[in-house]
Amino acid sequence: MILANTESNSSLKSHNTRFNPYDDNGGSIVAIGGDDFVVIASDTRLSTGFSIYSRNQSKLFKLSKKSILGSSGCWCDTLTLTRLLNARMQMYLHEHNKEMNTPALAQMLSTMLYYKRFFPYYVSNILAGIESDGSGWIYSYDPIGNVEKCKFRAGGSSGVLLQPLLDNQIMLSNLQNIDEQPLSLEKAIKIIQDVFTSAAERDIYTGDEIRIMSITADCFKEEKIQMRKD
Amino acid sequence: MNFYNSVNFPINFNNHQDISESSDIIKHFHTPITTATSVLGIAFNNGVIISADILGSYGSLARFKNFSRILQANKNTLLGVGGDIADFQYLKELIQGKMIGEECLEDDIPLKPASLLCWLTRVMYNRRSKIDPLWNNILVAGIQDGKPYLGFIDKLGTAVEDKLIATGYGAYIAIPLLRDALEKKPDLNKQEAEELMKKCMEILYYRDARSFNKYELAILTTEGTEFKGPIEIKANWSISNDVCGYE
Repeated sequence: MILANTESNSSLKSHNTRFNPYDDNGGSIVAIGGDDFVVIASDTRLSTGFSIYSRNQSKLFKLSKKSILGSSGCWCDTLTLTRLLNARMQMYLHEHNKEMNTPALAQMLSTMLYYKRFFPYYVSNILAGIESDGSGWIYSYDPIGNVEKCKFRAGGSSGVLLQPLLDNQIMLSNLQNIDEQPLSLEKAIKIIQDVFTSAAERDIYTGDEIRIMSITADCFKEEKIQMRKD
Repeated sequence: MNFYNSVNFPINFNNHQDISESSDIIKHFHTPITTATSVLGIAFNNGVIISADILGSYGSLARFKNFSRILQANKNTLLGVGGDIADFQYLKELIQGKMIGEECLEDDIPLKPASLLCWLTRVMYNRRSKIDPLWNNILVAGIQDGKPYLGFIDKLGTAVEDKLIATGYGAYIAIPLLRDALEKKPDLNKQEAEELMKKCMEILYYRDARSFNKYELAILTTEGTEFKGPIEIKANWSISNDVCGYE
């Protein structure tokens, strides 16, 4: 009798859950940095649970001429964070009469995330940028501001699915008798297209369209590639 | 310690962080009481159309049967709100205050729909960050720089722009119908959009138990705003005699 009571009580409590300030809106980001370029891509699906908010929402934010942020996870946090970032980029521009460079931006983002350590922005951030020597680098973050500088990274809902694939295709890990050649922008975009296609097959939160942004010394390019929409 | 903290209230109104370990009563502060169901919106070739029924539900009770929840914020912006009605009425005051503030500038620059959406996003996000959300879905429809504009905000401050938006039950039932229609004909005119909207409202009335047979429509084009309604759905339940096995 007592057992039955506690059971019904606990089921009632789990049903009457507390307001959850976070949502998982899905979406994936992939970024690759080369010797003289950087490329970053996101899908355009924005979901909640089993329904899709939008099939047409890019998760890339161009913060300066030399850096692009990819941000996915809780969309309301992404919106807030990027709005704040843009404001601080503007403030820096007006104060110093030049755009913030990529390493400075990378550090600022880490600080801004850690500032909310005990009520974090629930977002997976990947920053792609060109550095002063012209090389492309990727900075990847966890929600509370841990940052790692690397050459390629996958993040968001398919991050764990895609990272080993990138390890294999870019770092050529677990391959034998292969002569390593420097990665070109064209090859990087091809890899991105392939990995997103793979992710869309397995992850319901990734799909619809790929948006790709690339930066080289002399040009900024943006392109779209269609993906499965189911 | 300030005055309010030193007074012994039966319930702690001041500190929202106490929610988790306190009694069940507090929890009800954060759940909607009187609610309104789906809001739908379509952007067509030269304008936008939104619609919502006029019911305020108290749980499963059809409590308020003539409750309009479509507002005109200014000349080029419409709002449709679903969710908690008390929060909606607070929000309405807030928006009207904002609009008066804008008017007082006398600069002849009306607030654009995207700017209003952005501002509402901050309102909603700030409240969710206090763990005291306004329990609403807001649909912002209007004309932005001569083009149709449709956007949506939820109680967290999540904002989306799209050509089709449906909240609540509409997200499950109306969205597939709307997407299907738009895939077949991407550039709807006003009349087609209105017909599509009416069809969706009717289907929602059949399937959504918290919907109502009277609804309002608002159409905003470059020529102006048109309010229609309350429109009554002439439902045909004759098929219900053939449904069996669910008694």
